[in-house]
Amino acid sequence: MLTSIAWQSLVSRRKTVFLTFLSLVVSISVLISVEHIRLQAKESFNRTISGVDLIVGAPSGELNLLLYSIFRMGSPTNNIHFDSFTMLKSNPSVEWAVPISLGDSHDGFRVMGTNQDYFEYFKYGNKKPLQLSEGEVFHGPFDAVIGSDVANKLGYKTGDNIVLSHGIGHTSFVHHDQAPFTVTGIIAPTGTPVDKTVHVNLAAIEAIHLPPKKLAQLVEASQMHGDHVEEGQAHEYEHNHIEQNQVEHEQVDVHHAHNHEKEHDYDEKHSENTHAPHSHSAEKITAVLLGLNNKFATFTLQRQIDNYQNDRLMAVLPGVAMTQLWSLMGNIEKVLQVIGSLVLLASLFGLATMLLATMNERQKEIAVFRILGASPKFIVYLVVLEALIISTLAIVAAFLLVTSLLTLLDGWLTAEYGLFLNSNVFTQDSLMLAIIILGATSVTALIPSIEAYKKALHSQLSVH
Amino acid sequence: MSAKENKHNLDTSDCQTAIELNDLVHVYGNPTNKGAQLRFDNWKVQSGQQVFLYGDSGSGKSTLLNLLSGILAPQQGSIKLFGNELSDLSNSQRDRFRAENIGVVFQQFNLIPYLSVAKNIELAVYLAKSSKQDLQASIKQFVSALNLPSNILNKPVSSLSIGQQQRVAIMRAFINSPKLLLIDESTSALDNTAKQAFMSVLMEICQANKTTMIFVSHDLELKRYFSLHTPLSSFCQLSHQSENYLDKEEAN
Repeated sequence: MLTSIAWQSLVSRRKTVFLTFLSLVVSISVLISVEHIRLQAKESFNRTISGVDLIVGAPSGELNLLLYSIFRMGSPTNNIHFDSFTMLKSNPSVEWAVPISLGDSHDGFRVMGTNQDYFEYFKYGNKKPLQLSEGEVFHGPFDAVIGSDVANKLGYKTGDNIVLSHGIGHTSFVHHDQAPFTVTGIIAPTGTPVDKTVHVNLAAIEAIHLPPKKLAQLVEASQMHGDHVEEGQAHEYEHNHIEQNQVEHEQVDVHHAHNHEKEHDYDEKHSENTHAPHSHSAEKITAVLLGLNNKFATFTLQRQIDNYQNDRLMAVLPGVAMTQLWSLMGNIEKVLQVIGSLVLLASLFGLATMLLATMNERQKEIAVFRILGASPKFIVYLVVLEALIISTLAIVAAFLLVTSLLTLLDGWLTAEYGLFLNSNVFTQDSLMLAIIILGATSVTALIPSIEAYKKALHSQLSVH
Repeated sequence: MSAKENKHNLDTSDCQTAIELNDLVHVYGNPTNKGAQLRFDNWKVQSGQQVFLYGDSGSGKSTLLNLLSGILAPQQGSIKLFGNELSDLSNSQRDRFRAENIGVVFQQFNLIPYLSVAKNIELAVYLAKSSKQDLQASIKQFVSALNLPSNILNKPVSSLSIGQQQRVAIMRAFINSPKLLLIDESTSALDNTAKQAFMSVLMEICQANKTTMIFVSHDLELKRYFSLHTPLSSFCQLSHQSENYLDKEEAN
């Protein structure tokens, strides 16, 4: 009965009620969107890396190491020796070790040198392995495996040739155009920075920075032999480049002390356990991802790595660094939440104002309720219920609006911004949000309710 | 709370005296006529009687109606309705008592404007918490007895004439079979024929249901429908402490 009265009362004031409803829909939609994007960002952030126990790089900040090795942001301050990688790999508690080398780019996308082990051991999300949507992982030195965003944005298919650029900017004056790479595989979308990365062979990173003559020989050789690459040469020529792009150069400023001239065998069957120390061409790498057979050894190994004498190394636990990083972003998260809440608060005050403004014209109506035996509490319930009906409808409409917008814009958001947003906004958190909104509505509705209560208490039958 | 409720039990069974005022004093609290006192001498109305109560504007008619209906709590003295002392009841108990036992009809603005006629009547039933089995049947009976069009129930209140609204208000007042009916008809918004029809229907229903009625008006022409006439001034005096003689509450 009360609900039906409240509903009829709202219908009778449908114009003001509708405007208030609209303002609530807008603000609740903003709040839901902010909340949803925040949660999705956190989720996609946390799914970036999985199954890696330690990240080893040159000593800098923990966050810095995490940012450049996993998020492809910022630049490494220093490199580590390849020998350190072999040392780590031979450590008994290490199950697997994957070297990575960064510093080049292709059309704004970062290029990462690594080996085939990367595709086997790197995991994201809930220990999901990388999967190729097209082609296969690289075998030859000038093969490249690209992330799905790279493929979509630049329109690459397997078999296309790409030229890498020196440095990490969108534009570079130094192109490694003597040594074009062939796309051999495309990784299925992961929603992580992997999508925006061009993966090439570690040896190739080394090779493209060789003096042009040497490189030409190498390319020729690789074209002749298909899957053979020669060991790199020292490439001091890097220092002569005027266009040196900041620090990221340092990682490729590699001085080859030894010339192994050993040939690589990139056949898959050999790729796993034939890594003799000298079978790798790179002399310096950016970082090493480690997987351990025993999680309890993590801290021991971390200490050993930090105290390693032959190279300056630092090991970080991805989980710890991720938490640190997210706590930095947590402030932004809080700002967004506060803004969303303030917008909601403004709308709720609008709702309270609307109800309060009608109180004077409802004086007579309240008197009628009173003579029929309604208690002042009944009037308060009625006003609160009216507010709750409006905001419940607004919540439902806002959820529908956000869901349909996300569904409609899903493709566009993924294509334009690489945002992987789940269009399902009905989570436990959004349920909590709805409850909080209803709670806040009840509280703000108390302002007109108290006014109504006073009117009800003092309303008298008047003989006019 | 429950003990108190049991004690009073809102008992309205066979009591000869419908209304009994004893040394009732109401002191106005509103700023315009603060300190003005309305004193009521002892006054009794027997159950089943219809009383025509008349008096000038500002003589305390509306205050008396507010006190009788329990919207105003008695400050001094006592009001007994069918043996129930109103000053012993809590606010919510008085609200409940009003819903169950008292019907009120104003001259204007009797109905919730945004509810249909049927909803207005159901609201009264709902607030009295009476479980009417044959609600629809008795509504139909009233509709025909009050000469209302049969399709009136689903009409919005705003489409009704004032006379129709008044008759719907009577129907609503009677739907809970009240023991006491308070009617305020101080000035008439109805033309003469409509007034006559209204009065005869009202008296008929009251007599048929043996309902006690206090009919407040200053239109002496309506006197002829009643056997009992009482001027308010016969048992009620207004005394002022200040120069402000106008009972602002009633004057506006």
